[in-house]
Amino acid sequence: MKEFRLHGRGGQGAVTSAELVASAAIEEGKFAQAFPSFGPERRGAPVAAFIRVSDVQIRSREKIYYPDVVVVLDPSLPKIVNVADGLKPDGIVILNTTLSPEEVKSQFGINAKLALVDATKIAKEILGLPITNTTMLGALIKATEIIGIDAISDALQRRFGKLAEKNKASLLRAYEETKVIN
Amino acid sequence: MGNRVGVEVSIAVADAVKLCNVDVIAAYPITPQTHIVEHLSEIVADGHLDAEFIPVESEHAAMSCCCGSSAAGARTYTSTSSQGFALMSEIVYIASSMRFPIVMNVANRALSGPISIWNDHSDIMAHRDIGWIQTFAENGQEAVDLTIHAFKVAENKKVSLPVIVNLDGFICSHVIEPIIMPTQEEVDAYLPPFKPIYKLDPKKPVSMGTVGIPEVYTEAKVAHNEALKASKRVILDEWKKFGEMFGRYYNAVETYKTEDAEIIFVTMGSISETAMTAVDGMREKGEKVGLVRIRLWRPFPNAEFKKAIGKARILAVLDRALSPGAVNGPVGSELKSLLYKVPGAPKIFNFIAGLGGRDMTLERFNEILEKTKLYDKKKPTENYEVIGVREL
Repeated sequence: MKEFRLHGRGGQGAVTSAELVASAAIEEGKFAQAFPSFGPERRGAPVAAFIRVSDVQIRSREKIYYPDVVVVLDPSLPKIVNVADGLKPDGIVILNTTLSPEEVKSQFGINAKLALVDATKIAKEILGLPITNTTMLGALIKATEIIGIDAISDALQRRFGKLAEKNKASLLRAYEETKVIN
Repeated sequence: MGNRVGVEVSIAVADAVKLCNVDVIAAYPITPQTHIVEHLSEIVADGHLDAEFIPVESEHAAMSCCCGSSAAGARTYTSTSSQGFALMSEIVYIASSMRFPIVMNVANRALSGPISIWNDHSDIMAHRDIGWIQTFAENGQEAVDLTIHAFKVAENKKVSLPVIVNLDGFICSHVIEPIIMPTQEEVDAYLPPFKPIYKLDPKKPVSMGTVGIPEVYTEAKVAHNEALKASKRVILDEWKKFGEMFGRYYNAVETYKTEDAEIIFVTMGSISETAMTAVDGMREKGEKVGLVRIRLWRPFPNAEFKKAIGKARILAVLDRALSPGAVNGPVGSELKSLLYKVPGAPKIFNFIAGLGGRDMTLERFNEILEKTKLYDKKKPTENYEVIGVREL
């Protein structure tokens, strides 16, 4: 079983991203859960969402304390949130950032496997908005191979209908541009 | 056999209610509510279900409305949670005493104060004695299946009682997970149209909800209680039929690794899933532990529970609600009362945990096991213990 924690700001779609991944994994025949951090949430405030993906039935309702994967949608979050909190020793942090791996390590003190992409730039260019939730799914898939591109494309189609195409394009470009650094 | 989908549990429950082809949904769509009634309002507004969706002015009105529509012979549904449930409290007793087969999902959450929107069983335990059939779902699949089953049981002429299907707020209601959604054909084959025994009809006038003077009140209460106790036969029978139709079988009480267990945890609702994983971990360390999950809470399945615990030496009973000033937690009280002076009955230790959204983790289960082993050697000074209280 792999456990994921997504960090975003209220309104950036972290919960939607988690739902899309779980939905795609389930469509692939896997078992998955997605859930928000339960409680009142405010637009712009740091929020988290969670995913479990497994080949066997998931028998757990506890929160995720020790994720295998952390995804950060907003470049400003690592300054104010300890995004690597509880990360498993072999875990990976996937960041939307313009920084180099060295800068990420020195500025945020993240000492883990990294996957980096400038998702804000991609989203602005393709979607016309700095909303990176679907774009960052490209990075998540590149770094973890947890689900296939086809499955996430179908999930985007189900969720967004006409708007799915641009989201898919943005996701695919992030998939291409994400750099995984061990 | 149905379609396997990844869906939020609340949405799936709403879809199940649609499959049951309800006639009337009366609900108060504001916090604390769930996506259940929100999605049902969409389904009705989009013309996918020929039903009346009545957005009432309060939960008290919601249940009043449900009583009226059920009296008129309509298949009736609502859903609530927490404070909303508290507000409909006056009318839920009326629904059951008037034998209206209303079905309601309760997404279990804490009652204020302090103000809380999070999961525990305070809301349903405050309504333990309302005279409704009450079941607890462990996961989304069960929430869907038990809801369909609820209509079948409620409307059975031998039962004619309202049913609450409990599902844990947030940790079940808000989770996206895989659920096999039955098809319309399957549900139609399982659940026939509602045929009320009596209904309000100007052509055949009847009186409903009359005064229970002292000469009849006791008899009315006894009749209600007898009907509730007797409903167990139908509940079990309908679970069997459900299994035959849908391939998923349910029992009043479920066991997990209890065959040779010396210590058995007793749980209700979604923490049962975490409990199973906890039991797996403990067994790997050589602990002889097992789990009994109570699915049918009212009427309480006395015989089934006694059978399920087998020859276990100790029960560690988990409550998700605190009963202030009481001898034990609600489930703890129930089981101690059930097993009092039963020859060979196990020792029972009652733990209260997971209040107001406090997470029930694997570590908490380990803590409960350690305390249980300790109390086995040294009798505890209190009847129950609240687990994980922080020193502030």
